[in-house]
This record gives sequence, structure tokens and C-alpha cells, in this order.
Amino acid sequence: MSYLEVRNLHKRFGDFTALGDVSLDVGEGEFVCFLGPSGCGKTTLLRAIAGLDPQTSGTIRQKGRDVSALPPAARDFGIVFQSYALFPNLTVGDNVGYGLVSRRQKKAEIAKRVSELLALVGLPDAGPRYPAQLSGGQQQRVALARALATSPGLLLLDEPLSALDARVRLRLRHEIKALQRRLGVTTIMVTHDQEEALTMADRIVVMNQGEIEQVGAPQEIYRQPMTAFVADFVGAMNFLDGVFAAPDRVQVGSVSLACPPQDGLAPGNKVRLCIRPEDVRVRDLPADVPNRLTVEVGELDFVGAFCRAILQANGVALTADFSSNLMRDLGVERGRTLDIALPIDRLRVFAA
Amino acid sequence: MSLAAPIQRVRLSRDDLLMRIGVCVVAVALLVIVGLPLWSLLVKGFEDRDGKFVGLANYIAYFSTPALFASAFNSLYVALVCTLIVVPIAFLYAYALTRAVLPLRWLFQGVALIPIFAPSLLPGLALIYLFGTQGFFKSWLGGGQIYGFEGIVIAQVFYCLPHAMLILVTALATADARLYEAADALGASKLRVFFTVTLPGAKYGVISAALVVFTLVITDFGIAKVIGGNFNVLATDVYKQVIGQQNFSMGAVVGMVLLAPAALAFAVDRFVQRKQVALLTAHAVPLVPRPKLGRDVFYTLLCAVVAAGILLILGMAVWGSFIKYWPYNLELTWANYKFEAFDANGWDSYWNSIVMALGAAAFGTALTFTGAWLAEKTRGFFLLRDLVRLLAFLPMAVPGLVLGLGYIFFFNAAANPLNVIYGTMAILVVNTVAHFYTVGHLTATTALKQIDPEFEAVSASLKVPIWRTFARVTAPICLPSILDVAIYLFVNAMTTVSSVIFLYSPDTKLASVAAVNIEEAGTTAAATALCVVIVATSAAVKALHLLSDRFLLGRLQAWRRR
Repeated sequence: MSYLEVRNLHKRFGDFTALGDVSLDVGEGEFVCFLGPSGCGKTTLLRAIAGLDPQTSGTIRQKGRDVSALPPAARDFGIVFQSYALFPNLTVGDNVGYGLVSRRQKKAEIAKRVSELLALVGLPDAGPRYPAQLSGGQQQRVALARALATSPGLLLLDEPLSALDARVRLRLRHEIKALQRRLGVTTIMVTHDQEEALTMADRIVVMNQGEIEQVGAPQEIYRQPMTAFVADFVGAMNFLDGVFAAPDRVQVGSVSLACPPQDGLAPGNKVRLCIRPEDVRVRDLPADVPNRLTVEVGELDFVGAFCRAILQANGVALTADFSSNLMRDLGVERGRTLDIALPIDRLRVFAA
Repeated sequence: MSLAAPIQRVRLSRDDLLMRIGVCVVAVALLVIVGLPLWSLLVKGFEDRDGKFVGLANYIAYFSTPALFASAFNSLYVALVCTLIVVPIAFLYAYALTRAVLPLRWLFQGVALIPIFAPSLLPGLALIYLFGTQGFFKSWLGGGQIYGFEGIVIAQVFYCLPHAMLILVTALATADARLYEAADALGASKLRVFFTVTLPGAKYGVISAALVVFTLVITDFGIAKVIGGNFNVLATDVYKQVIGQQNFSMGAVVGMVLLAPAALAFAVDRFVQRKQVALLTAHAVPLVPRPKLGRDVFYTLLCAVVAAGILLILGMAVWGSFIKYWPYNLELTWANYKFEAFDANGWDSYWNSIVMALGAAAFGTALTFTGAWLAEKTRGFFLLRDLVRLLAFLPMAVPGLVLGLGYIFFFNAAANPLNVIYGTMAILVVNTVAHFYTVGHLTATTALKQIDPEFEAVSASLKVPIWRTFARVTAPICLPSILDVAIYLFVNAMTTVSSVIFLYSPDTKLASVAAVNIEEAGTTAAATALCVVIVATSAAVKALHLLSDRFLLGRLQAWRRR
């Protein structure tokens, strides 16, 4: 039995459908990310799970208990908002201990728990200071400590890192993930940042227009996107418009390409053939390699660790990522022709 | 579509329940202190003196009596003229304060605010000293007299200036320096920059200021009463019908006629405000004026002239209140401050005012803040929350005289169990809170909107009862705004005449009302003295507020420092 079961969740605002029939399971101790563009319903789903904005219909069970109709205060969760929502007029210590005071614990016990939590998030001396005196990253950790103070069974993170600058964000990704693994608390994080989701999550839930597009481990989402939306939203992707010619062939412009065998498509169907830029092969091509193309190198965008090249072949344009080594070894430059191959196992086909 | 799934109903938490009860309580309170009195007034207009329904008879009588009808025209005319005079002066003054480098800027700003602390009677009385039948400068009028249209206009300009100026200072203060830099870089002339950048930026402020002045003039009672002479306006008509002729039905009709332009101006203002979008984004660079000799000298002189005019009127009132027998014996005396000699209540009316103002500040602040909080933060329950908001907005559109009249009809009704408060201090407090409710509600709402909307969600997730977060976090954060509201209510309770003039009893007469009575009896000096006492008290309280803001609050709110 999974820790959290979401079944047939709908959420409507007037005529607008924010969530359309969402079902989902989250295992105990799992770190799940809701990933999607703004307005895809990921925050709506999180707030429904918290009971802050209840669903229109559908059920939510947490640890076997039906919480669908319960107000937030009767559910078991801790939450960190994008704004942190720290109480500005209370010290860091009072913020962290805020949920403990109303549980009628002894003062000494509360103080002990507070310093434990502050140590846990790496701010052992911040107790007497006010939130305004801390940096954004420090405030974020205080918010995390406050959410964990009451030892909730479920930790909800609503875009917790998006207000921070890039460096701090990178460091906190690892810290939060490590903390979550250490405490084993079931965690759901909402994010629009695919890199964040890929590095932190055990499983990613990709959402679009109020529906779940795909659920899977980061590798799976990246390697085997199930829909064109996921393919496009997660990572960089080439989309080549073509026509389905045979069970394992797609005609793109004047080029015929082999692809993995497809079910559910009929010859003549319009399709989109996908390949990631880093999957375009250039080195050590065997003579009989399938999907060999001779291309002309167009624009080269230097991105640092690699170059993103625009390649042209018989009216087909695609981008490929070339490492600096490869660039040097093969002498890739604008205007040169190059032989490439599109490996069949890296190609994906979606109905257009 | 699978719409068959049952709609999820969410059980209410104890917090939800408490807040919903709170919303109900506030809604009922507002219905009693705002909604029902106005309803009673509306109904009264359709009844004859004995309470029988007569349809539109009263209205027909009103509109077929030229003497009454003329007042409506007079009111509109004088309000329009005052608006056309006040708004340009206020605009220039506000422009000087925000866009020029003035020596003693704080002093100019402070002087322009003084009229807010005075009952509207005061400029009228001061003008009598200056231009009245025994006035110092009477000869300047060349045979004309100050009583009437001209007197009302001058006094209203004094009285309305700070209200318009405050709005325009706010409108002009929020400017993005980069817009001006861009205009400069594009080589726009000064005039073009003014018409393409400055004026559009302040457009809504100008409209708002104009509507506020218009409403203030049309609803004000004190000035027209003191210096209006034979120039009848709606406000004095209501008073004459009710107090003079005891014709309550006709009073109600005039009240409704008075309500119309005020409500219209209010509606226009709301409509215009809704169109306004935030001009100042988070990335804007605030405009800080740099010294420029010619401009700064011009605006300093301009401000000096306006400030001198305000100080002349105020100074005349203060001086006049100490004069033995104007203008024949200019010796100074305290005699005019011995109010026992002029009014049976003596100084008691002053202490009544203090008690009433303190009561209104305490009760009103608690009610507006709690009401605004409940209206903002309660989950669901939309209908009653909207009702609270609507009732909170209503008083802004209702002239004090109209509300006071409604109170007579509602609270003096024999069938109303609440009529026990009629004639007590309580009804004065309640009436004043209702009269000035909107500003308190808006101030509180603004403050509440500025704090993080997720505090309640966080405290729910931590299982902390909501009232605890209200007391420990929300209210302390909003303390400066709460104090602002309290001071606003106190000052207005001290200076208001219009609403309470129908509601006092011999034991609860207020200082501002006593001033009207004393002036009616012909003792200008004592009436002026009482007004001076009121100004001094309100201004002192405001000064205390500013001082405490700077020193005491700074210490209590250490958390605001970075």
C-alpha cells in the first residue's frame, strides 16, 4: 500500500479545469517532484493534497486514512512555500518552535528540539536573530526546519528554491535531498525547473494542462519520454516532422530514416521524430550504420563545456551537441560537411 | 464527461467555524450601524409626518418647492467651483513637495496638513474675524460681504486642501526616474515631459483628489452653517428641516438628494481606481529631485504663499479667541475659554469629546481591523464576506448628516430594542465609527494584503489555532497601521459635527456641537475658542503619534531592521 493515494482528482474554477482526473501514488519515504510549466496544475495538486484549496471531486488517502474532506489543520503535513512565509516579527528560534508551543510541551524540551532542528539545517547559531537579518538561503533553511519541527509524515515543498540565486540553489538542492534521505520523510516538491527535478527526485510527475503526462524515475523520463510534451519539456530535443512510411521507417523530407518499430501508427500518418542533440553520433561510424546522413555545419553556439551545432541535410535541420574534444579532433567548423548517424535506439516517434 | 463524481465538501476546522461566526458577527454589526439606519432613512422619505406611506409625495413636494430645489443647485455649483480651485493649488503644492528641493520641506508639508485637525467651523469663524461685518479687511470686499458663496469657497479651500494634497503627494511620489531619463535622452521638452510622463502618472490621483474635494464640499455642514448666510445648500437644508421645522420626512428627502452626488462621486472614483495599474514596478528607480535654482525658488515662494494663507486663517482664529471684544477692544483675555459662560455644558462638552474620541478609536480600530482580517482570511463563505466588504465601503459614500438622520429613524424607533442607546454616549461612538469606517477598513485591508498570504496555511499545517497567529503575528506586524487607524478615528471624532449633531443629548453634547450652538447664539469668540481647543488636542495627539512612531515603535519593532 502506498503512503499517499490520489484518485480521480478534479479541480475546477468556474469553466476552467485546473486538474482533470489526476491519480497518483507516492510511496513511503519517496521524494516526488511535480514538474511542469506554470499553470499546469502542479501547485493546485499540492494545495489539494494539503487541503488548502480542496479538490472539486476525487479522493486523497494518506497512510490509509481518507483525508479528502479534512481541513488542513486535521491533516499531517509540513509545508515550505516559495516565499518561506516566515513570521517576520518572531526570532528564528520562535519561528522553528512555533508549532511546538501549541502542543503544550515543556519550555526546555521545545528549546532542545529547536536547537536540534537548527543544527540539522546547518544554522546552529541563528536562533536569536530575526528572519530579515538572514540571507535568502538561510531563510529557506529556517522554513524547512519549521516545517519539520512537528515531525510530519509528509513534507510539501512549493517551489522552495526558485527565489534564490543560482549558486545557493545548487547547494541547497543537495542539502535538501540529503536531509530528506536522512530523515526518510515522504516529500513532494513542486518545481518548474527540470534540472532541479532530475537531480533531486526519486520519481518525477510531469504535468501539463491539469493532467499527468508521465510518471517515472528521472532517467526514464529523460530517456523514454512517453509523450511529445515530456520530450520537449524535459531536456533539449530535436523534432523532425515526417510521415510514417512503414512499421519501422519514417520519411522526413527526402530522407528515409529507420526507427524502432511502432504500434498504433498507420503508414501515411503524420509523425514527429525525436532525438536529443547529445545522441547524434559522429565518431567511429561503421560503414553500414543505419540512418547515416551527410550534413553541412551551420551556426555553432558555444555554450562552455560543449558546442550546440545546427546541421543541415537535404532540407532537414537538426541540432547536435559536440564536446570540445570532438570539435578539436574532427575540426568541426561552420560550412564544413560531416557524416553523422541517428542511432535507432535513441529515436522516438510521436503522432503529430 | 464524468461529472457524476460527487462534489467534495470539506469539513470545517474549528478555526473555520470560529472565523465564520466572526464574519457573521461583523456583518450583523455593520448591518445595524450602517445598513439598517440607511434603510430607515430611505423608507422615511416615502412616509408623511405620521408615518403613513405616501409614495413619492415628499419628493414631488421637494422638487416643486423652488427654495429647496435651489439649494441642490447651489450645492453642486459651490462644490464644482471649490474643486476647480483646490485641485490645481493642491497639485502645485504636492508637485513642489515631491519634485522640487524645498528648504524646510517638512514644515511646508506639516502646515498644509493643519486643517485636517480643525472642525470645519474654524475657517468659517476665522473669515468672520477677517471679513465679517466687523472684519479687519472688510473694506477689501468693496461693499460686498463674506457671508454667502464667496465665504464658503474660501473656507472650503482651506478645509479641503490637505485632503487633495495628500492624495496628490502619493500620486506624484511614485514616479520612475528612468522614465524621465528616457524622455530626456529622447530630447523631449520640459512641457512635453510634463504632459507625457508626469500628468499620465498622476492622472488617477488628480481624478481621485477632485472627487474627494467635490464630496467634501457638498457634504460639509459646518462651513455652510457658519458663513453661508442666505446661500442655502443641501447640508444646511437637512439641518433646518430636521432641527428647525422638525419635518423629518422632508429631512429624509433632502438627505437622499444629498446622498446622490456623494454616492455618484464615490462610484466614479471606484471605477477609475479599478482601471489603475501599478505604475511602479519592483524594478523602478525612485525619482529623487536634484537642486535647480530657478525652479526651487519659484516653488518655495508658491508654497510660502499657500502656507501663509493657511497660517493666516489659523492664526486669526487663535488670536481672535483671545480678544476681549473684537474689533473694539483688542486686549487679550482668557474669558472666551470660560465656556460655562456661553453654554450650559461648559468644559464638559470638551471632556465628552475626549471620551467619545477615545471610545471611537478603541472600538472602531478593533472592529475595522478584525472585520478586515475576517473578510480577507476566512476560507470560503464568499457571500457574507462580500456583504461585509460592501457594508464597509458604504459609509464613504454617505454624508455624515445623512447617516445621522438615519440613526434618528432607526435607533429612536419605539419598536427597536436597541433604542436604549439613543441619547447615550454609546450611540455617538457607534455613529462615529460607522461614519469613518471605510478608511479604517481600507487601511487594515491594505496592511493585511502586504503580509504573506501563507501565514494562515503555515499555522494550520503546524496545528496552531488561527487566533493565536492573529494575536502573535498578524496584529503585531500591522501595529503601525492599527495605530494610524486609531489616530484617524480619534481626530475625526474630535472634529466631526455633521453626523452627531442629530444624536447628542444634553448630557453628551460634544465640543464641536457646542461650538455650533455657541456660534448660533452669536458668540463668535467663544465658538472660536472651542474650535482652537479641538485643533490643539487633535494636533497634539497626532504629534504624539509621530513621536511614538519614531522612538517607541522603533524599539518594539526591532525585527524590521536588517
